[in-house]
Amino acid sequence: MKKINRRSFLKGGVAGTAAVATTGLSSKASAAGDFGGYPDSMGVLVDLTKCVGCRTCEAACNKEQGLPAPDLPFDDFSVFDMKGHGGQKRRTSEKEYTLVNRYDIPGRDKPIFRKFQCNHCQEPACLTSCFVNAYTKTKEGAVIYDESVCVGCRTCMVACPFYVPTYTYSSAINPVVKKCIMCYDTRLKFGRPPACVEACPQEVMTFGKRKDLINLGREKIKRNPGKYIDHIYGEKEVGGTSWMYMSDVSFDQVGFDTHLGNQPIISYVKDFLAMVPMVLTIWPALFTGFHLLSNRKKANEEKENSKS
Amino acid sequence: MNKLKARGFSPVVTHRKEDGSRWTVKEKLMLGLTPKEYWATQFKNPFNWIIAVIYAVGLPVLVGRFIFGLGWATHSSYDYPWGLFLGWGLFVMVPLSASGFMMGTTVELFGRKDFKSLERLGLLNGLLGYLFAVVFLQVDLGQPWRLVYPMFVSLGPAAVLFLVAWHVATYLSVQVAELVPAFSEWMGLKKPKKFIKSIVLGLTISGIILSTLHQGALGGLFTYTPGKLHPLWFSSAFQWLHFFCSSIFGGLSMLIVVSTLTKWFMKWRCDDKFLKNLDYCTLGLAKGCSLALITYLVIKIIAVAHDNEWGYLFSGWGQWYLFELTAGVVAPMVLYALAIRNQNASLARFAALLAVLGIALNRMNTALWAFNWKLYQEIPHWREVMIAITVYTTYIVVYRFVLARMPIVYSWKGDE
Repeated sequence: MKKINRRSFLKGGVAGTAAVATTGLSSKASAAGDFGGYPDSMGVLVDLTKCVGCRTCEAACNKEQGLPAPDLPFDDFSVFDMKGHGGQKRRTSEKEYTLVNRYDIPGRDKPIFRKFQCNHCQEPACLTSCFVNAYTKTKEGAVIYDESVCVGCRTCMVACPFYVPTYTYSSAINPVVKKCIMCYDTRLKFGRPPACVEACPQEVMTFGKRKDLINLGREKIKRNPGKYIDHIYGEKEVGGTSWMYMSDVSFDQVGFDTHLGNQPIISYVKDFLAMVPMVLTIWPALFTGFHLLSNRKKANEEKENSKS
Repeated sequence: MNKLKARGFSPVVTHRKEDGSRWTVKEKLMLGLTPKEYWATQFKNPFNWIIAVIYAVGLPVLVGRFIFGLGWATHSSYDYPWGLFLGWGLFVMVPLSASGFMMGTTVELFGRKDFKSLERLGLLNGLLGYLFAVVFLQVDLGQPWRLVYPMFVSLGPAAVLFLVAWHVATYLSVQVAELVPAFSEWMGLKKPKKFIKSIVLGLTISGIILSTLHQGALGGLFTYTPGKLHPLWFSSAFQWLHFFCSSIFGGLSMLIVVSTLTKWFMKWRCDDKFLKNLDYCTLGLAKGCSLALITYLVIKIIAVAHDNEWGYLFSGWGQWYLFELTAGVVAPMVLYALAIRNQNASLARFAALLAVLGIALNRMNTALWAFNWKLYQEIPHWREVMIAITVYTTYIVVYRFVLARMPIVYSWKGDE
């Protein structure tokens, strides 16, 4: 170790502080209280018991969003028997933002169908994990995405508890995330329901203010004793979602993850985020102190030697 | 080269030839051999032939990834957005490169001059590991040319990855600065070395801060995935500590492994000081590793207790978890302890290899194998594997290139 005089020590300190100053910007811990969502945001309540699996919503979405033509036409119901990777049911892709899957429940006389699309979380994991702020939760309730800033790290896909965002891997020049945006640009912004909701012949989905939908759902459960599971999926899951579901079979039987808990995903990250500014402020003094302490003995010995 | 050395060849260690004239940069790059001799030795090295074969297959695939996109090179999975490039290239490479800040701290901050002969190798291991982690990241990003967006174009400062990006970028420049002395000795420049010497403490401390945070942040990235990562590998409270603590023995063990390889294959380049001190330094690092290993083992168990996950230990995943802890943590810990007790550096080297593999297993488990445990296992596309091997080979090639030239494992003679 070279001998440190006061001047070089200060210089070293300045470099350290400069590093802290530049990096300090990087670590805003968002440990604010839970965000309960915008007060008048809109949502959709899906009544799975009404769905007959006609796939009209898929066709409507395809048309509204200008998506490429599907591999199989929308009136082909063999898709319900398709198995993906690892025996998984169909999932959304860069070419389809929503789809319906069939579930055969033992003991239920008819199969039950479940529509899948982005649930538009109140506190979206995709949004909070994005390091270029590409996602926005609009006051209308939609979670939208700005592809012009996306770097393509795909952390949003890792973070989303519902496996919603997909990626245009096929593009080499401009790959981007693709997901349902609740028809924000063309409809929601103007107060109109998403295309899939409007197209549904069975009126499976109800569009309205999220808080009204929760009341409506509870009312329905009360008015039809024994019909519905006494739970609205999405009312509380991962901090609440704009899309919510009612079912007459337990939700884990229709492909919902019932172990996600009610905390928004970001609350699991806050332990780490809170630690960041502490390390930035405590470490410099702590380790400079260690350095001074470990060199103290040497300095003392030198002093002793010079005295004698 | 080892054979050449045995026949009396000595590689460049000073600015002047025996006749007093200066070596040119080109001659230094050729290690003091004539071009003909140099290329002849390269040609004779069987390892170069292996590299040539890997490149012959791998480079076209790597180029193809940028022409045809990620969809061509990988399975383009929506369920497994991160594959080998990040699983191996980022999450395994970065903890194994923690040696830079560990050696800086040991030598510069705590004044342990007795580890000086290994300091530069530690710094180089750190710098190159990070550099190639960034290369891997660039291969994986959908739009790598937008790498600076989180810095200057559109900022998402509350995201964990934002912190990783900033810290890896800043820390890379810190590590470049820390290696400037070696480069300036080799080039014969005095001023840069003097300047770095004057700020070395500041550099070292910022190195500690940045390393603590981004090693931890890599763990922090997985706190976004409570529903996807198996509970035994997931810990909201301690994930960052697990990643940080394991990077300590990961980096040091990697340094032991690399120094051993250097001693075996590049003995011609090592000077007597390096070789003489190596066993002593290895055992010293072994002490650090065993302390970090026992700490890590305890905080891993605490995490299981904290979230009350004992029940999972009896499942198949639990067995796999216990295997990871036994083979990758307990075994090296015990072997390190035995090595220290018996002053057996060879045993410490074997323990180091186990610890390195243990880290790799833990990170691969977290990023790929125990991830989406409720879904299915993703087996990477062969092109993805080939690209990962190619980039890693380049890492080894660059490593070897620098090691053969800069004064890393030997001391430069005569500053001028």
